[in-house]
Amino acid sequence: MARYLLRRLGQAAFVLWAAFTLSYAILFVLPGDPVDIKLGGLESNAAPEQIAEVRDRYGIGDPLLVQYGKALRNALAGDFGHSIQTGAEVRTTITDALPETLKLTAFALLLAVVFGAGIALLATYVRGRALRQLLLSVPAVGISVPVFWVGLLLIQVVSFQWRLLPALGNDGFESLVLPAVTLALPVGAMIAQVLAKSMTTALAAPYIGTARAKGAGRVRIHFRHALRNASLPTLTLFGVVAGNLVTEAVVVETVFSRAGLGRVTAFAVDRQDIPVVQGVVVLSALIFVAVSLLLDVLYPLLDPRIARDRAPLRRSAARASAVQGAAA
Amino acid sequence: MLVPRRTRLLAHLPGRRRAVAAGAAALALAATAACSGADPAGNTAADAGPPVSGGTLSFALAIDPTCLDPQQYGLNASLNIGRQLVDSLTDQDPATGEIKPWLAQSWEVNPQATAFTFKLRPGVTFSDGTPVDAAAVKANFDTVATLGAKAVIASGYLVGYQGATVVDPSTVRIEFKAPSAQFLQATATVSLGLLSTATLAKTPEERCLGALVGSGPFVFGSYKANQSVEITRRAGYAWGSPLWTKSGEAYLDKVVYKIIPESGVRAGALESGQVDAISDIQPQDEARFATGYRVVTRPNPGFVFALQPNAARPVLDDERVRQAIQKAVDRPELSKTVLSPLYKPATSVLAAVTPGYTDLSAALAYDPEGAKRILDAAGWVPGADGIRAKDGRKLSLDVVFGSAFNASQSVLELVQQQLKRVGVDLRLRKLAIGDQNNVIAAGDFDFTYYNVTRADPDVLRVIFGTQGTNRGRLPAGPQDTALTQQAQLVDPAARAAQVAEAQRQLVDRGYAIPLFELAQVHGFSAKVQGVTLDASSRLTFHDTWIKG
Repeated sequence: MARYLLRRLGQAAFVLWAAFTLSYAILFVLPGDPVDIKLGGLESNAAPEQIAEVRDRYGIGDPLLVQYGKALRNALAGDFGHSIQTGAEVRTTITDALPETLKLTAFALLLAVVFGAGIALLATYVRGRALRQLLLSVPAVGISVPVFWVGLLLIQVVSFQWRLLPALGNDGFESLVLPAVTLALPVGAMIAQVLAKSMTTALAAPYIGTARAKGAGRVRIHFRHALRNASLPTLTLFGVVAGNLVTEAVVVETVFSRAGLGRVTAFAVDRQDIPVVQGVVVLSALIFVAVSLLLDVLYPLLDPRIARDRAPLRRSAARASAVQGAAA
Repeated sequence: MLVPRRTRLLAHLPGRRRAVAAGAAALALAATAACSGADPAGNTAADAGPPVSGGTLSFALAIDPTCLDPQQYGLNASLNIGRQLVDSLTDQDPATGEIKPWLAQSWEVNPQATAFTFKLRPGVTFSDGTPVDAAAVKANFDTVATLGAKAVIASGYLVGYQGATVVDPSTVRIEFKAPSAQFLQATATVSLGLLSTATLAKTPEERCLGALVGSGPFVFGSYKANQSVEITRRAGYAWGSPLWTKSGEAYLDKVVYKIIPESGVRAGALESGQVDAISDIQPQDEARFATGYRVVTRPNPGFVFALQPNAARPVLDDERVRQAIQKAVDRPELSKTVLSPLYKPATSVLAAVTPGYTDLSAALAYDPEGAKRILDAAGWVPGADGIRAKDGRKLSLDVVFGSAFNASQSVLELVQQQLKRVGVDLRLRKLAIGDQNNVIAAGDFDFTYYNVTRADPDVLRVIFGTQGTNRGRLPAGPQDTALTQQAQLVDPAARAAQVAEAQRQLVDRGYAIPLFELAQVHGFSAKVQGVTLDASSRLTFHDTWIKG
């Protein structure tokens, strides 16, 4: 178990470094120049020497490798420098915006799990064929509608017509409901699809027959025997979508005019504010890695075979079926 | 100019725009008629009753102001907030373009337009209690000059700045190395609004985030990035511009700006009463506010949205081709279809509200037959696909543009169709801001497309002068002489003559293909009264009040 965890930690560190370096390289080769964007407005007639002075201040004039070395050293200390557009520290820009996005994504994940798993379990539990098909087709709808469309629709109907909930801003729990529902919809749908599929597979497995023969009731078979085995792919999927929620937040926060990391990201990307983008990329990688690590700790608890040597095979099989499920 | 731009992830759905356009046009016409009566700002305040003090105005902005310091940043969102926080030495009458006293009671300009002496109004203080005296004014101009490129717009107004002299505590003289007739108007802009010396001592970054102390009718309260900005009334304010109707303090207790990037949500928020006012109503949303709301609108002064040819490129270096394109554009059609009547067809390179504007609508009339004749005579023969060619070269030109104004894509698509009718192929190249800057700097384009807001005709010298940015790579010529001349003339009539000559030259020689005048279009709930737009089309909230 200790070796297993150590190996996972090593991999996590490598992923973080790779995310930093790749994003650095990609951002550097992008055409355009953030200082030009800031100072080269159409009304500007900045002298070349003034622009050079600003460039020096942000270290954009140094050779690439020197810049990279400095950036990596500072990043290890959690320092991503200053935003080129606003001049604020990248660290504070991100930590100021993060809590709102965390609130939103946590609530959305909760909704997604409750409703996604609920639909999957219900669909595989009910006996009526028609009802079962109906329930199984719900997630497909959730996955196919674009997030921004759902958001705009909810705003128009719930907020502007019924005037039940605010459409905008970050004021309290009420303003959290609509964006969280919007964000939860595709995630919940994916969870429902994957879980329903693994539940169907699990319920057809021979050990279910054994359990039934031993006299286990329907509820016990469904939730105790089948769900535990069927939950691994869903758990893996959960890790992927949890990491992706930051990206989804870009759209949802824009539609609902919420402050948060998504808005910070959208603005920084648009303005090629490299230090901020870099900070966000590393943070997203960190979230991915942290969630993966957490899952890696959870897998052996659910399935003790995983921590043994054959474990990686089992786990990648679980991943593969999760991906299949999501794509289905 | 910098209009709300970017983060339009969801911009508008393409189909909706055209469907609503016709209805919008008709209804917005009614709105314009209502607005263009006695009060250009749209205040039909006849039965509003006596103004009352107090209350909070919540105003939805399309984008985050990013940096609140008006001396540094050029976004409309920032300048519209900054305008409430700082006063300027002078003010400019939006109706006549005339410069009026504000914090300066009077001024003198030497005949060479190199020295400007301002006599300051006594008793004016910044909100930290320090006086607005000659030393503070000097410190402001010195700081803008030092900020250089960081003061995107303001530093352009101070090109050639030699220094300021404190003559006595209430008299300050500002001197330039070369004639700078535009400077007087520049002192009326929010970009050269005055900040306290303590503010000037702060870093540019601290100022961006709101560490701003001005002498304006409102004081800065708080700024939450991507979320909101709050400003509150300055107690004891008593030095308002003579162009305002109320003397003394502002009516409103507070203004809360909320940032709502999605235009449909912004419109819905006003309709459902979640905010009192919104900025940047999109042409397709105008119909929603035709009745029961107050649409406050004014064209942006300065250089209109135009195609600017790169005169150094083969094909476009031929004046005849440029002149043909000038005739092939149907400007009224732009307003009627993809925009709205609030966006007027261009009748010169300057918008009609710009001081010194000359009406050149005859030279800009739609004349496709004339365009065809010129192209025929120049040897461009229509090919099988309708596109003209000469010596094996197609008459195919590109235009580089950005997302500064939401409707730009539709405008250029229509221009593309119009040019096609006379056998010219226009290729649209939409680029991100950074790429756009690179392409333009490298000269790798046939046309650029943009506008620049400025309530002074000197904007043309900055754009087209051989000593200016000169993106069109114009050679020296009569237009350059006229532009240099106007910068040196203090006498308004003499200056206007040179400005008129420059406009004629630019239009006749096809150095710019003017398209339409950008407009500021803000929507207010009917209970909000007394909103005005200044000469630069920035909002002022000093006279604004809310009916109980």
